[in-house]
Amino acid sequence: MSNFYDEKIETMSRDEMSQLQSERLVSMVERCYNNVPLYKKRFDEMGILPGDIKTIEDLKKLPFTYKTDLRDTYPFGMFAVPKEELIRIHASSGTTGKQTVVGYTAHDIDIWAQSCARALSSIGGTKSDYVHISYGYGLFTGGMGLHYGAEKLGATAIPVSSGNTKRQVQILQDYGSDIICCTPSYAMFIGETIREMGIDPKTLKLRAGVFGAEAWTENMRREIEKILDIKAYDIYGLSEIAGPGVAFECTSQTGMHVNEDWFYPEIINPDTGEVLPDGQYGELVFTCIGKEALPLIRYRTKDISCLSRKPCSCGRTLVKMAKPKGRTDDMLIIRGINVFPSQVEHVLLSLNMDPNYLIVVDRVGTLDTMEVQVEMTPEMVSDTVKNIEALERTIAAALQSTLNISAKVRLVEPKSLPRSEGKAVRVIDNRHI
Amino acid sequence: MIQQISVFLENKKGRLAFITKVLAAAGADIRAMSVADTSDFGILRLIVDKPETAIAALKDEGMAVSLTDVLAIGVEDTPGGLAKATNALWDSGISVEYAYAFISQKDGTAFVILRVDNNEKAVEVLKENNITVIEQGDIRK
Ligand SMILES: [Zn+2]
Repeated sequence: MSNFYDEKIETMSRDEMSQLQSERLVSMVERCYNNVPLYKKRFDEMGILPGDIKTIEDLKKLPFTYKTDLRDTYPFGMFAVPKEELIRIHASSGTTGKQTVVGYTAHDIDIWAQSCARALSSIGGTKSDYVHISYGYGLFTGGMGLHYGAEKLGATAIPVSSGNTKRQVQILQDYGSDIICCTPSYAMFIGETIREMGIDPKTLKLRAGVFGAEAWTENMRREIEKILDIKAYDIYGLSEIAGPGVAFECTSQTGMHVNEDWFYPEIINPDTGEVLPDGQYGELVFTCIGKEALPLIRYRTKDISCLSRKPCSCGRTLVKMAKPKGRTDDMLIIRGINVFPSQVEHVLLSLNMDPNYLIVVDRVGTLDTMEVQVEMTPEMVSDTVKNIEALERTIAAALQSTLNISAKVRLVEPKSLPRSEGKAVRVIDNRHI
Repeated sequence: MIQQISVFLENKKGRLAFITKVLAAAGADIRAMSVADTSDFGILRLIVDKPETAIAALKDEGMAVSLTDVLAIGVEDTPGGLAKATNALWDSGISVEYAYAFISQKDGTAFVILRVDNNEKAVEVLKENNITVIEQGDIRK
Protein backbone atom coordinates (compact mmCIF):
# COMPACT_ATOMS: atom_id res chain seq x y z
CA MET A 1 0.00 0.00 0.00
CA SER A 2 1.31 3.35 -0.97
CA ASN A 3 2.16 5.95 1.54
CA PHE A 4 0.66 9.37 0.74
CA TYR A 5 1.22 12.67 2.49
CA ASP A 6 -1.71 14.35 0.75
CA GLU A 7 -3.72 11.58 -0.86
CA LYS A 8 -6.40 13.90 -2.25
CA ILE A 9 -3.92 15.94 -4.28
CA GLU A 10 -1.51 13.14 -5.10
CA THR A 11 -4.24 10.95 -6.59
CA MET A 12 -6.45 13.70 -8.02
CA SER A 13 -8.12 13.11 -11.37
CA ARG A 14 -6.69 14.94 -14.37
CA ASP A 15 -9.81 17.12 -14.71
CA GLU A 16 -9.78 18.19 -11.09
CA MET A 17 -6.04 18.89 -11.24
CA SER A 18 -6.44 21.02 -14.38
CA GLN A 19 -9.22 22.93 -12.67
CA LEU A 20 -7.04 23.58 -9.64
CA GLN A 21 -4.08 24.57 -11.82
CA SER A 22 -6.22 26.92 -13.89
CA GLU A 23 -7.52 28.72 -10.81
CA ARG A 24 -4.03 29.10 -9.39
CA LEU A 25 -2.58 30.27 -12.71
CA VAL A 26 -5.22 32.96 -13.14
CA SER A 27 -4.55 34.32 -9.68
CA MET A 28 -0.78 34.10 -10.11
CA VAL A 29 -0.77 35.94 -13.44
CA GLU A 30 -2.79 38.75 -11.92
CA ARG A 31 -0.27 39.10 -9.08
CA CYS A 32 2.72 38.96 -11.44
CA TYR A 33 1.27 41.66 -13.67
CA ASN A 34 0.48 43.98 -10.79
CA ASN A 35 3.57 43.45 -8.65
CA VAL A 36 6.52 42.55 -10.86
CA PRO A 37 7.55 45.39 -13.20
CA LEU A 38 9.42 43.01 -15.53
CA TYR A 39 6.30 40.91 -16.09
CA LYS A 40 4.10 43.97 -16.66
CA LYS A 41 6.59 45.19 -19.26
CA ARG A 42 6.76 41.79 -21.00
CA PHE A 43 2.96 41.37 -21.02
CA ASP A 44 2.49 44.89 -22.37
CA GLU A 45 5.07 44.30 -25.11
CA MET A 46 3.23 41.15 -26.15
CA GLY A 47 -0.17 42.76 -25.85
CA ILE A 48 -1.34 40.29 -23.23
CA LEU A 49 -3.59 41.22 -20.34
CA PRO A 50 -3.97 39.06 -17.23
CA GLY A 51 -7.62 38.59 -18.20
CA ASP A 52 -6.56 36.74 -21.35
CA ILE A 53 -5.40 33.85 -19.19
CA LYS A 54 -8.44 31.81 -18.21
CA THR A 55 -7.21 28.21 -17.97
CA ILE A 56 -3.95 26.32 -17.70
CA GLU A 57 -4.22 25.81 -21.48
CA ASP A 58 -3.55 29.52 -21.91
CA LEU A 59 -0.15 29.24 -20.24
CA LYS A 60 1.56 28.79 -23.61
CA LYS A 61 0.61 32.37 -24.53
CA LEU A 62 2.83 33.73 -21.76
CA PRO A 63 6.46 34.80 -22.07
CA PHE A 64 9.34 32.75 -20.69
CA THR A 65 11.48 33.72 -17.72
CA TYR A 66 15.23 33.16 -17.87
CA LYS A 67 17.95 32.92 -15.26
CA THR A 68 19.35 36.16 -16.68
CA ASP A 69 16.11 37.90 -15.67
CA LEU A 70 16.86 37.05 -12.04
CA ARG A 71 20.44 38.24 -12.46
CA ASP A 72 19.38 41.46 -14.18
CA THR A 73 16.98 42.28 -11.35
CA TYR A 74 19.42 41.17 -8.62
CA PRO A 75 18.79 40.83 -5.78
CA PHE A 76 15.05 41.27 -5.17
CA GLY A 77 13.68 42.77 -8.39
CA MET A 78 11.33 39.91 -9.24
CA PHE A 79 9.77 39.51 -5.82
CA ALA A 80 5.99 39.92 -6.01
CA VAL A 81 5.40 40.69 -2.32
CA PRO A 82 6.51 43.51 -0.01
CA LYS A 83 9.36 42.56 2.26
CA GLU A 84 7.08 42.44 5.34
CA GLU A 85 5.66 39.26 3.88
CA LEU A 86 9.01 37.56 3.27
CA ILE A 87 10.23 35.16 5.92
CA ARG A 88 13.22 33.55 4.23
CA ILE A 89 15.89 34.17 1.61
CA HIS A 90 18.01 31.54 -0.14
CA ALA A 91 20.44 31.94 -3.00
CA SER A 92 22.09 29.76 -5.56
CA SER A 93 25.82 30.02 -5.80
CA GLY A 94 26.29 30.99 -9.40
CA THR A 95 29.56 29.49 -10.58
CA THR A 96 29.86 32.47 -12.88
CA GLY A 97 28.57 35.95 -12.27
CA LYS A 98 25.97 36.98 -9.73
CA GLN A 99 24.03 34.71 -7.43
CA THR A 100 20.34 34.30 -8.01
CA VAL A 101 18.44 35.25 -4.89
CA VAL A 102 15.09 33.71 -4.05
CA GLY A 103 12.56 34.69 -1.39
CA TYR A 104 9.75 32.89 0.42
CA THR A 105 6.62 33.91 2.28
CA ALA A 106 5.27 31.76 5.12
CA HIS A 107 2.95 30.15 2.57
CA ASP A 108 5.88 29.43 0.23
CA ILE A 109 7.87 27.76 2.99
CA ASP A 110 4.79 25.73 3.85
CA ILE A 111 4.20 24.40 0.33
CA TRP A 112 7.90 23.70 -0.09
CA ALA A 113 7.91 21.76 3.19
CA GLN A 114 4.82 19.86 2.04
CA SER A 115 6.55 19.07 -1.24
CA CYS A 116 9.45 17.51 0.64
CA ALA A 117 7.05 15.76 3.02
CA ARG A 118 5.35 14.18 0.00
CA ALA A 119 8.78 13.09 -1.26
CA LEU A 120 9.68 11.47 2.05
CA SER A 121 6.33 9.75 2.52
CA SER A 122 6.33 8.44 -1.07
CA ILE A 123 9.39 6.34 -0.24
CA GLY A 124 7.82 5.05 2.95
CA GLY A 125 8.84 7.77 5.40
CA THR A 126 6.60 8.17 8.47
CA LYS A 127 6.35 10.05 11.75
CA SER A 128 8.45 7.40 13.43
CA ASP A 129 11.49 7.90 11.18
CA TYR A 130 14.75 9.66 11.93
CA VAL A 131 15.65 11.68 8.85
CA HIS A 132 19.39 12.27 8.66
CA ILE A 133 20.06 15.40 6.59
CA SER A 134 23.59 15.71 5.24
CA TYR A 135 22.88 18.40 2.68
CA GLY A 136 24.56 21.68 3.45
CA TYR A 137 22.51 24.16 5.47
CA GLY A 138 22.74 27.81 4.55
CA LEU A 139 21.91 29.87 1.50
CA PHE A 140 21.80 26.59 -0.45
CA THR A 141 18.27 25.15 -0.36
CA GLY A 142 19.19 21.47 0.12
CA GLY A 143 19.49 21.22 3.90
CA MET A 144 16.59 23.45 4.98
CA GLY A 145 14.26 22.02 2.32
CA LEU A 146 14.44 18.42 3.48
CA HIS A 147 14.67 19.56 7.10
CA TYR A 148 11.31 21.35 6.98
CA GLY A 149 9.89 18.47 4.92
CA ALA A 150 10.84 15.94 7.56
CA GLU A 151 9.32 18.08 10.31
CA LYS A 152 6.18 18.66 8.24
CA LEU A 153 5.80 14.91 7.91
CA GLY A 154 6.14 14.61 11.68
CA ALA A 155 9.37 12.65 11.36
CA THR A 156 12.46 13.63 13.35
CA ALA A 157 14.92 15.77 11.44
CA ILE A 158 18.59 15.35 12.31
CA PRO A 159 20.36 18.42 10.88
CA VAL A 160 23.84 16.94 10.53
CA SER A 161 24.70 19.11 7.51
CA SER A 162 27.61 18.04 5.31
CA GLY A 163 31.19 17.21 6.25
CA ASN A 164 32.92 15.32 9.08
CA THR A 165 32.03 11.97 7.57
CA LYS A 166 33.16 9.87 10.53
CA ARG A 167 30.78 11.80 12.75
CA GLN A 168 28.04 11.22 10.15
CA VAL A 169 28.66 7.49 10.44
CA GLN A 170 28.69 7.69 14.23
CA ILE A 171 25.26 9.38 14.16
CA LEU A 172 23.92 6.85 11.65
CA GLN A 173 24.98 4.12 14.07
CA ASP A 174 24.08 5.67 17.41
CA TYR A 175 20.86 7.51 16.58
CA GLY A 176 19.66 4.82 14.20
CA SER A 177 18.86 7.14 11.27
CA ASP A 178 16.20 5.57 9.02
CA ILE A 179 16.43 7.82 5.96
CA ILE A 180 19.38 9.86 4.71
CA CYS A 181 19.22 12.93 2.46
CA CYS A 182 22.34 14.22 0.68
CA THR A 183 23.98 14.46 -2.72
CA PRO A 184 24.53 11.11 -4.45
CA SER A 185 28.30 11.61 -4.49
CA TYR A 186 28.32 12.24 -0.74
CA ALA A 187 26.21 9.12 -0.24
CA MET A 188 28.91 7.12 -2.05
CA PHE A 189 31.57 8.74 0.12
CA ILE A 190 29.67 7.92 3.33
CA GLY A 191 29.27 4.35 2.05
CA GLU A 192 33.00 4.04 1.42
CA THR A 193 33.78 5.52 4.84
CA ILE A 194 31.45 3.00 6.50
CA ARG A 195 33.31 0.17 4.79
CA GLU A 196 36.72 1.63 5.69
CA MET A 197 35.64 1.86 9.33
CA GLY A 198 34.92 -1.85 9.17
CA ILE A 199 31.19 -1.41 9.71
CA ASP A 200 28.75 -3.77 8.00
CA PRO A 201 25.98 -1.56 6.54
CA LYS A 202 23.52 -4.35 7.31
CA THR A 203 23.94 -3.53 11.00
CA LEU A 204 22.65 0.01 10.41
CA LYS A 205 18.94 0.85 10.59
CA LEU A 206 19.25 3.01 7.48
CA ARG A 207 16.81 1.79 4.82
CA ALA A 208 16.44 4.55 2.22
CA GLY A 209 18.08 7.65 0.85
CA VAL A 210 16.79 10.70 -0.98
CA PHE A 211 19.50 12.04 -3.26
CA GLY A 212 19.61 15.11 -5.45
CA ALA A 213 21.23 18.46 -6.23
CA GLU A 214 23.56 16.90 -8.80
CA ALA A 215 23.33 14.68 -11.86
CA TRP A 216 23.64 10.96 -11.23
CA THR A 217 23.15 7.80 -13.24
CA GLU A 218 21.27 4.52 -12.81
CA ASN A 219 24.67 2.91 -12.41
CA MET A 220 25.43 5.16 -9.47
CA ARG A 221 22.04 4.31 -7.98
CA ARG A 222 22.94 0.62 -8.00
CA GLU A 223 26.34 1.34 -6.43
CA ILE A 224 24.84 3.46 -3.65
CA GLU A 225 22.15 0.85 -2.98
CA LYS A 226 24.86 -1.78 -2.69
CA ILE A 227 27.42 0.08 -0.63
CA LEU A 228 24.87 1.42 1.89
CA ASP A 229 22.44 -1.51 1.64
CA ILE A 230 19.48 0.83 1.14
CA LYS A 231 17.04 1.89 -1.57
CA ALA A 232 18.19 5.07 -3.31
CA TYR A 233 15.66 7.62 -4.58
CA ASP A 234 15.97 10.69 -6.74
CA ILE A 235 14.63 14.13 -5.89
CA TYR A 236 14.57 17.15 -8.20
CA GLY A 237 14.47 20.81 -7.54
CA LEU A 238 16.04 24.18 -8.13
CA SER A 239 16.05 27.17 -5.85
CA GLU A 240 14.37 29.44 -8.43
CA ILE A 241 11.29 27.22 -8.26
CA ALA A 242 11.49 26.32 -4.55
CA GLY A 243 14.39 23.96 -3.86
CA PRO A 244 14.48 20.16 -3.58
CA GLY A 245 11.03 18.56 -3.74
CA VAL A 246 9.76 20.16 -6.95
CA ALA A 247 9.59 16.53 -8.13
CA PHE A 248 10.29 13.28 -6.30
CA GLU A 249 10.67 9.62 -7.03
CA CYS A 250 8.23 7.04 -5.66
CA THR A 251 9.10 3.43 -4.89
CA SER A 252 8.56 2.41 -8.52
CA GLN A 253 11.80 4.29 -9.41
CA THR A 254 10.45 5.17 -12.85
CA GLY A 255 10.69 8.94 -12.97
CA MET A 256 9.83 11.72 -10.56
CA HIS A 257 6.29 12.86 -9.71
CA VAL A 258 6.06 16.63 -10.06
CA ASN A 259 4.21 18.55 -7.36
CA GLU A 260 2.22 20.02 -10.22
CA ASP A 261 -0.44 21.64 -8.06
CA TRP A 262 2.27 24.20 -7.18
CA PHE A 263 4.91 23.80 -9.88
CA TYR A 264 3.40 23.35 -13.32
CA PRO A 265 5.82 21.68 -15.76
CA GLU A 266 6.01 21.99 -19.54
CA ILE A 267 8.45 20.51 -22.02
CA ILE A 268 9.36 22.84 -24.85
CA ASN A 269 11.53 22.84 -27.93
CA PRO A 270 14.39 25.00 -26.67
CA ASP A 271 14.85 26.64 -30.07
CA THR A 272 11.28 27.46 -31.01
CA GLY A 273 9.61 27.62 -27.60
CA GLU A 274 6.86 25.32 -28.88
CA VAL A 275 5.28 23.05 -26.24
CA LEU A 276 6.05 19.37 -26.89
CA PRO A 277 3.74 16.42 -26.21
CA ASP A 278 4.29 13.90 -23.40
CA GLY A 279 7.08 11.47 -24.08
CA GLN A 280 9.16 13.90 -26.13
CA TYR A 281 12.40 15.20 -24.73
CA GLY A 282 12.93 18.95 -24.58
CA GLU A 283 13.64 21.72 -22.11
CA LEU A 284 11.83 21.55 -18.81
CA VAL A 285 9.98 24.76 -17.91
CA PHE A 286 8.19 25.49 -14.62
CA THR A 287 5.49 27.95 -13.65
CA CYS A 288 5.20 28.53 -9.90
CA ILE A 289 1.39 28.62 -9.82
CA GLY A 290 1.28 28.12 -6.06
CA LYS A 291 3.92 30.59 -4.91
CA GLU A 292 3.69 34.14 -3.57
CA ALA A 293 7.14 35.69 -3.17
CA LEU A 294 8.74 34.57 -6.43
CA PRO A 295 6.00 33.40 -8.77
CA LEU A 296 8.07 32.73 -11.88
CA ILE A 297 6.23 32.26 -15.16
CA ARG A 298 7.54 29.57 -17.53
CA TYR A 299 11.00 29.51 -16.01
CA ARG A 300 13.56 27.90 -18.34
CA THR A 301 15.47 25.32 -16.30
CA LYS A 302 17.82 24.33 -19.17
CA ASP A 303 17.34 20.72 -18.02
CA ILE A 304 16.39 18.26 -20.73
CA SER A 305 13.61 15.92 -19.67
CA CYS A 306 10.24 14.55 -20.77
CA LEU A 307 6.87 14.12 -19.07
CA SER A 308 4.57 11.14 -18.66
CA ARG A 309 0.97 11.11 -17.48
CA LYS A 310 0.66 7.33 -17.72
CA PRO A 311 -0.67 5.65 -14.55
CA CYS A 312 2.02 4.88 -11.98
CA SER A 313 2.05 1.70 -9.91
CA CYS A 314 2.24 3.79 -6.72
CA GLY A 315 -1.24 5.18 -7.39
CA ARG A 316 -0.17 8.80 -7.77
CA THR A 317 -1.66 10.68 -10.69
CA LEU A 318 0.91 13.49 -10.46
CA VAL A 319 2.71 13.84 -13.79
CA LYS A 320 6.17 12.27 -13.87
CA MET A 321 9.34 13.80 -15.27
CA ALA A 322 12.28 11.72 -16.46
CA LYS A 323 15.65 12.15 -14.80
CA PRO A 324 17.18 15.05 -16.77
CA LYS A 325 19.51 13.68 -19.39
CA GLY A 326 21.52 16.81 -19.98
CA ARG A 327 21.48 20.58 -20.20
CA THR A 328 20.28 22.59 -23.17
CA ASP A 329 23.64 24.36 -23.09
CA ASP A 330 25.20 21.05 -24.13
CA MET A 331 22.59 19.98 -26.65
CA LEU A 332 23.39 19.88 -30.35
CA ILE A 333 20.74 19.74 -33.01
CA ILE A 334 22.16 17.81 -35.94
CA ARG A 335 19.93 17.13 -38.94
CA GLY A 336 16.97 17.90 -36.69
CA ILE A 337 18.00 15.35 -34.07
CA ASN A 338 18.97 16.27 -30.52
CA VAL A 339 22.41 14.98 -29.64
CA PHE A 340 24.03 15.23 -26.23
CA PRO A 341 27.76 14.81 -25.74
CA SER A 342 26.88 12.65 -22.72
CA GLN A 343 25.29 10.10 -25.09
CA VAL A 344 28.57 9.74 -26.95
CA GLU A 345 30.31 9.29 -23.62
CA HIS A 346 27.87 6.52 -22.64
CA VAL A 347 28.39 4.73 -25.96
CA LEU A 348 32.17 4.70 -25.48
CA LEU A 349 31.88 3.54 -21.88
CA SER A 350 29.51 0.77 -22.95
CA LEU A 351 32.22 -0.41 -25.36
CA ASN A 352 34.76 -0.35 -22.51
CA MET A 353 36.60 2.55 -24.11
CA ASP A 354 37.91 5.67 -22.42
CA PRO A 355 35.47 8.53 -23.05
CA ASN A 356 38.04 10.86 -24.59
CA TYR A 357 36.20 12.20 -27.60
CA LEU A 358 35.45 15.29 -29.63
CA ILE A 359 32.30 15.90 -31.65
CA VAL A 360 32.91 17.99 -34.76
CA VAL A 361 29.79 19.28 -36.45
CA ASP A 362 29.96 20.87 -39.85
CA ARG A 363 27.70 21.68 -42.75
CA VAL A 364 28.35 20.52 -46.27
CA GLY A 365 25.90 22.28 -48.59
CA THR A 366 22.69 22.02 -46.63
CA LEU A 367 23.57 18.80 -44.83
CA ASP A 368 24.90 18.68 -41.29
CA THR A 369 27.79 16.29 -40.78
CA MET A 370 28.93 14.82 -37.53
CA GLU A 371 32.35 13.41 -36.88
CA VAL A 372 33.26 11.80 -33.60
CA GLN A 373 36.97 11.72 -32.90
CA VAL A 374 38.05 9.18 -30.31
CA GLU A 375 41.46 9.02 -28.71
CA MET A 376 43.16 5.64 -29.07
CA THR A 377 44.35 3.69 -26.07
CA PRO A 378 46.92 0.86 -26.18
CA GLU A 379 44.07 -1.67 -25.84
CA MET A 380 42.58 -0.38 -29.09
CA VAL A 381 45.77 -0.62 -31.14
CA SER A 382 46.12 -3.46 -33.59
CA ASP A 383 48.84 -4.25 -36.09
CA THR A 384 46.37 -4.34 -38.98
CA VAL A 385 44.39 -1.59 -40.67
CA LYS A 386 41.50 -4.02 -41.02
CA ASN A 387 41.09 -4.38 -37.25
CA ILE A 388 41.26 -0.67 -36.59
CA GLU A 389 38.72 0.02 -39.31
CA ALA A 390 36.48 -2.64 -37.76
CA LEU A 391 36.81 -0.81 -34.45
CA GLU A 392 35.71 2.43 -36.13
CA ARG A 393 32.70 0.64 -37.58
CA THR A 394 31.79 -0.84 -34.18
CA ILE A 395 31.83 2.62 -32.60
CA ALA A 396 29.88 4.11 -35.52
CA ALA A 397 27.20 1.40 -35.28
CA ALA A 398 26.83 1.88 -31.53
CA LEU A 399 26.54 5.66 -32.01
CA GLN A 400 23.98 5.18 -34.76
CA SER A 401 21.80 2.97 -32.60
CA THR A 402 21.95 5.35 -29.62
CA LEU A 403 21.78 8.71 -31.40
CA ASN A 404 19.65 7.72 -34.40
CA ILE A 405 22.06 9.64 -36.56
CA SER A 406 25.05 8.49 -38.56
CA ALA A 407 28.42 9.81 -37.53
CA LYS A 408 31.83 9.37 -39.04
CA VAL A 409 34.23 7.98 -36.49
CA ARG A 410 37.85 8.97 -36.63
CA LEU A 411 40.40 7.49 -34.28
CA VAL A 412 43.11 9.88 -33.20
CA GLU A 413 46.32 9.67 -31.22
CA PRO A 414 46.17 9.74 -27.42
CA LYS A 415 46.08 13.19 -25.80
CA SER A 416 45.70 14.85 -29.18
CA LEU A 417 42.21 16.26 -28.61
CA PRO A 418 41.97 19.89 -27.52
CA ARG A 419 41.78 20.74 -23.86
CA SER A 420 41.00 24.15 -22.52
CA GLU A 421 42.36 25.08 -19.09
CA GLY A 422 42.65 21.40 -18.30
CA LYS A 423 39.03 20.74 -19.23
CA ALA A 424 38.31 18.67 -22.30
CA VAL A 425 36.60 20.39 -25.21
CA ARG A 426 33.77 18.08 -26.29
CA VAL A 427 32.17 19.91 -29.17
CA ILE A 428 33.36 21.98 -32.09
CA ASP A 429 30.47 23.32 -34.12
CA ASN A 430 31.66 24.77 -37.40
CA ARG A 431 28.19 25.49 -38.76
CA HIS A 432 27.97 29.10 -37.53
CA ILE A 433 24.19 28.90 -37.38
CA MET B 1 58.73 -15.81 -32.89
CA ILE B 2 59.62 -12.19 -32.34
CA GLN B 3 57.80 -9.21 -30.95
CA GLN B 4 56.59 -6.50 -33.25
CA ILE B 5 55.57 -3.08 -31.93
CA SER B 6 52.55 -1.44 -33.55
CA VAL B 7 52.18 2.30 -33.15
CA PHE B 8 48.97 4.10 -34.05
CA LEU B 9 49.74 7.33 -35.88
CA GLU B 10 47.56 9.96 -37.41
CA ASN B 11 48.54 10.95 -40.90
CA LYS B 12 50.28 14.12 -39.87
CA LYS B 13 53.66 15.47 -40.83
CA GLY B 14 56.62 14.59 -38.67
CA ARG B 15 55.12 11.71 -36.74
CA LEU B 16 57.52 9.12 -38.11
CA ALA B 17 60.52 11.32 -37.42
CA PHE B 18 59.23 11.87 -33.89
CA ILE B 19 58.98 8.12 -33.24
CA THR B 20 62.51 7.42 -34.48
CA LYS B 21 63.81 10.23 -32.27
CA VAL B 22 62.04 8.80 -29.21
CA LEU B 23 63.48 5.33 -29.87
CA ALA B 24 66.96 6.63 -30.49
CA ALA B 25 66.85 8.57 -27.23
CA ALA B 26 65.76 5.42 -25.40
CA GLY B 27 68.60 3.44 -26.95
CA ALA B 28 66.36 1.07 -28.89
CA ASP B 29 67.65 0.18 -32.32
CA ILE B 30 65.16 -0.16 -35.16
CA ARG B 31 65.82 -3.31 -37.20
CA ALA B 32 62.81 -3.25 -39.49
CA MET B 33 59.87 -1.01 -40.14
CA SER B 34 56.77 -0.98 -42.28
CA VAL B 35 53.78 1.35 -42.47
CA ALA B 36 50.20 0.44 -43.36
CA ASP B 37 47.98 3.41 -43.79
CA THR B 38 44.62 4.80 -44.81
CA SER B 39 43.77 8.42 -45.56
CA ASP B 40 43.21 9.09 -41.85
CA PHE B 41 45.68 6.98 -39.92
CA GLY B 42 48.65 4.70 -40.19
CA ILE B 43 50.04 1.78 -38.28
CA LEU B 44 53.77 1.81 -37.91
CA ARG B 45 55.16 -1.70 -37.39
CA LEU B 46 58.56 -1.90 -35.82
CA ILE B 47 61.05 -4.62 -35.06
CA VAL B 48 63.60 -3.39 -32.55
CA ASP B 49 66.44 -4.95 -30.61
CA LYS B 50 64.88 -4.08 -27.22
CA PRO B 51 61.08 -4.21 -27.48
CA GLU B 52 60.43 -3.62 -23.73
CA THR B 53 62.59 -0.48 -23.69
CA ALA B 54 60.99 0.79 -26.87
CA ILE B 55 57.42 0.18 -25.66
CA ALA B 56 58.11 1.93 -22.37
CA ALA B 57 59.61 4.95 -24.13
CA LEU B 58 56.71 5.21 -26.56
CA LYS B 59 54.12 4.88 -23.79
CA ASP B 60 55.94 7.60 -21.84
CA GLU B 61 55.36 9.84 -24.82
CA GLY B 62 51.66 8.95 -24.63
CA MET B 63 51.65 6.92 -27.83
CA ALA B 64 49.05 4.22 -28.44
CA VAL B 65 51.17 1.10 -28.91
CA SER B 66 50.72 -2.65 -28.73
CA LEU B 67 52.81 -5.78 -29.11
CA THR B 68 52.16 -8.61 -31.56
CA ASP B 69 54.02 -11.88 -32.00
CA VAL B 70 55.17 -12.27 -35.59
CA LEU B 71 57.37 -14.73 -37.45
CA ALA B 72 60.73 -13.86 -38.91
CA ILE B 73 62.36 -16.18 -41.39
CA GLY B 74 65.76 -16.15 -42.96
CA VAL B 75 65.71 -16.14 -46.73
CA GLU B 76 69.38 -15.39 -47.30
CA ASP B 77 70.81 -18.48 -49.01
CA THR B 78 67.79 -20.08 -50.62
CA PRO B 79 66.70 -18.53 -53.89
CA GLY B 80 62.93 -18.50 -53.97
CA GLY B 81 63.03 -19.01 -50.20
CA LEU B 82 60.14 -16.63 -49.54
CA ALA B 83 57.94 -18.31 -52.17
CA LYS B 84 58.79 -21.67 -50.64
CA ALA B 85 57.75 -20.44 -47.21
CA THR B 86 54.50 -18.82 -48.29
CA ASN B 87 53.56 -21.85 -50.40
CA ALA B 88 54.17 -24.17 -47.48
CA LEU B 89 52.01 -22.00 -45.24
CA TRP B 90 49.32 -21.73 -47.89
CA ASP B 91 49.27 -25.52 -48.32
CA SER B 92 48.75 -25.91 -44.57
CA GLY B 93 45.82 -23.54 -44.59
CA ILE B 94 47.66 -20.71 -42.84
CA SER B 95 46.99 -17.27 -44.24
CA VAL B 96 49.54 -14.49 -44.32
CA GLU B 97 48.14 -11.12 -43.27
CA TYR B 98 51.18 -9.13 -44.36
CA ALA B 99 54.94 -9.49 -44.85
CA TYR B 100 57.92 -7.18 -45.06
CA ALA B 101 61.62 -7.66 -45.40
CA PHE B 102 64.70 -6.35 -43.66
CA ILE B 103 68.43 -6.77 -43.94
CA SER B 104 70.51 -7.92 -41.01
CA GLN B 105 73.08 -5.31 -40.01
CA LYS B 106 75.44 -8.04 -38.89
CA ASP B 107 76.02 -9.90 -42.14
CA GLY B 108 73.74 -8.31 -44.70
CA THR B 109 71.46 -11.32 -44.92
CA ALA B 110 67.78 -10.85 -45.70
CA PHE B 111 64.94 -11.66 -43.33
CA VAL B 112 61.23 -11.56 -43.88
CA ILE B 113 58.63 -10.75 -41.22
CA LEU B 114 55.42 -12.71 -41.61
CA ARG B 115 52.16 -12.04 -39.84
CA VAL B 116 50.09 -15.21 -39.95
CA ASP B 117 46.87 -16.30 -38.31
CA ASN B 118 48.43 -19.22 -36.43
CA ASN B 119 51.98 -18.70 -35.21
CA GLU B 120 52.54 -22.10 -33.55
CA LYS B 121 51.34 -24.09 -36.53
CA ALA B 122 53.30 -21.85 -38.92
CA VAL B 123 56.54 -22.41 -36.99
CA GLU B 124 56.01 -26.17 -37.27
CA VAL B 125 55.33 -26.00 -40.99
CA LEU B 126 58.33 -23.77 -41.65
CA LYS B 127 60.67 -26.01 -39.66
CA GLU B 128 59.39 -29.08 -41.51
CA ASN B 129 60.36 -27.28 -44.71
CA ASN B 130 63.83 -26.46 -43.37
CA ILE B 131 63.20 -22.73 -43.32
CA THR B 132 65.13 -20.81 -40.66
CA VAL B 133 62.82 -19.24 -38.09
CA ILE B 134 64.46 -16.34 -36.28
CA GLU B 135 63.92 -15.84 -32.54
CA GLN B 136 63.92 -12.64 -30.51
CA GLY B 137 67.42 -13.39 -29.26
CA ASP B 138 68.76 -13.50 -32.81
CA ILE B 139 67.97 -9.86 -33.44
CA ARG B 140 69.14 -8.45 -30.13
CA LYS B 141 72.70 -8.13 -31.43
ZN1 LIG C 1 4.68 6.67 -8.65
